[in-house]
Amino acid sequence: MAEYHMTTPLTDEDVSKLQAGDIVYLNGTIYTARDAAHKRLVDLIEAGEELPFDLQGSVIYFVGPTPPKPGEPIGSAGPTTSYRMDSYSPILIEHGQKGMIGKGKRNQAVKDACVKHKAVYFGATGGAGALIAKAIKSAEVIAYPELGPEAIRKLEVEEFPVTVINDTHGNDLYEMGRAKYEVKD
Amino acid sequence: MREIQYDDLVKSVKAMVMHTASHLPEDALKAIEKAYEEEKSEVAKSVLKQILDNAHLAADEDRPLCQDTGLAVYFINVGEDVKVVGGSIRDAINEATEQAYKEGYLRASTCDCFDRHNLKDEVGYNLPAIIHFDLVPGDKIEIEYAAKGGGSENVSRATVLAPAQGKEGIKNFVKQVISDAGPNPCPPIIVGVGIGGTFEVAAKSSKHALFREAGTPNPDPDLDAFEKELREELNKLGIGAMGMGGTQTVLAVHIEKNPCHIASLPVSVNVQCHSSRHSHITL
Repeated sequence: MAEYHMTTPLTDEDVSKLQAGDIVYLNGTIYTARDAAHKRLVDLIEAGEELPFDLQGSVIYFVGPTPPKPGEPIGSAGPTTSYRMDSYSPILIEHGQKGMIGKGKRNQAVKDACVKHKAVYFGATGGAGALIAKAIKSAEVIAYPELGPEAIRKLEVEEFPVTVINDTHGNDLYEMGRAKYEVKD
Repeated sequence: MREIQYDDLVKSVKAMVMHTASHLPEDALKAIEKAYEEEKSEVAKSVLKQILDNAHLAADEDRPLCQDTGLAVYFINVGEDVKVVGGSIRDAINEATEQAYKEGYLRASTCDCFDRHNLKDEVGYNLPAIIHFDLVPGDKIEIEYAAKGGGSENVSRATVLAPAQGKEGIKNFVKQVISDAGPNPCPPIIVGVGIGGTFEVAAKSSKHALFREAGTPNPDPDLDAFEKELREELNKLGIGAMGMGGTQTVLAVHIEKNPCHIASLPVSVNVQCHSSRHSHITL
């Protein structure tokens, strides 16, 4: 279990050295998107149109934050459950996305895309929304404001703590961790 | 007939809802602290540490514990000798919920179930609240409240077993639900199990079971033993905090049982994430 500090955009070299279970502190720009925004991004790709941000090397955070209090960049901002993005993520990965941050299991298609196109799925601690918000220094809605908490936001983060769940080598921390601690009768 | 003013009811409920969003109750905090002490996995331990740090930060700075500030769920026992003056109880609860979510900068998460658009502008901010009423003797209104997140609700399941499947069948069903859920409901979790009644009574009981303080024994000694047995079985799954592998997956199992039809054995499992935000007041 290694520890890394990385700055976005991530490269193939960055993500290839990561192993399931490693801890990574992310810096730089990341983008937020949930189900509805993912659908719109994939529709744009399929229509051959330009996306609201550059997908190359990008990291997308699955989050729908609480409204910010006056004077603060963002409200509580922990990860949402990721499987709802499973049908969209492989397409975004194929087009250059390098990292996803969420919580919970991904399907085989996402794991395969991580291996084939070199991308990683990071887990953040669900229900730690107040703590995680401390790592977010600024937030700006850059697309789909009508989606409210589900709008696409550009976040500047410092030392945003995540754990590698699915790496580029086909490993899955959820399976590995559980196998280690499962007690069979 | 005792009277309670509508505005007083709104004020009390609103204060409770706002406080609950940022203050993890003592029972949940203690259960997580205990899990942190007992956890064998270093990775899971670091996750539990983050969860505890988050709870303290949220309380100190009055920030929502989680961005999923939930649907507002209430169990309300209304005494037969009390009435609310100036409006209905339901309106008061909804008004309090809306004000608390708006003024507390909490997320409005209710949407239309088909087109998924947020209902904040027509029905109200995070409305309607989910309210389960019951009539009881006395002149008090007892209100139990929880902010229920979506992630743990999504893995909850109900079924009707054949009576012959008995306790073993219940155990297998609960184990299957929690095993399938894996990391998704934000473990360590509290597992509410509703047994008996009819289909919907089992489901409602499994929700209500989550309102009991974690760590308190079931008043029925047989059920208490069954709860402990289930917890031990579930912790053998090895899921751990946030599913990263570990010995502490389930903080507590709470069971509520009801008499049921001779032909049926309804069972429902309602899962609560570690951010077990619940409160109660009596007026």
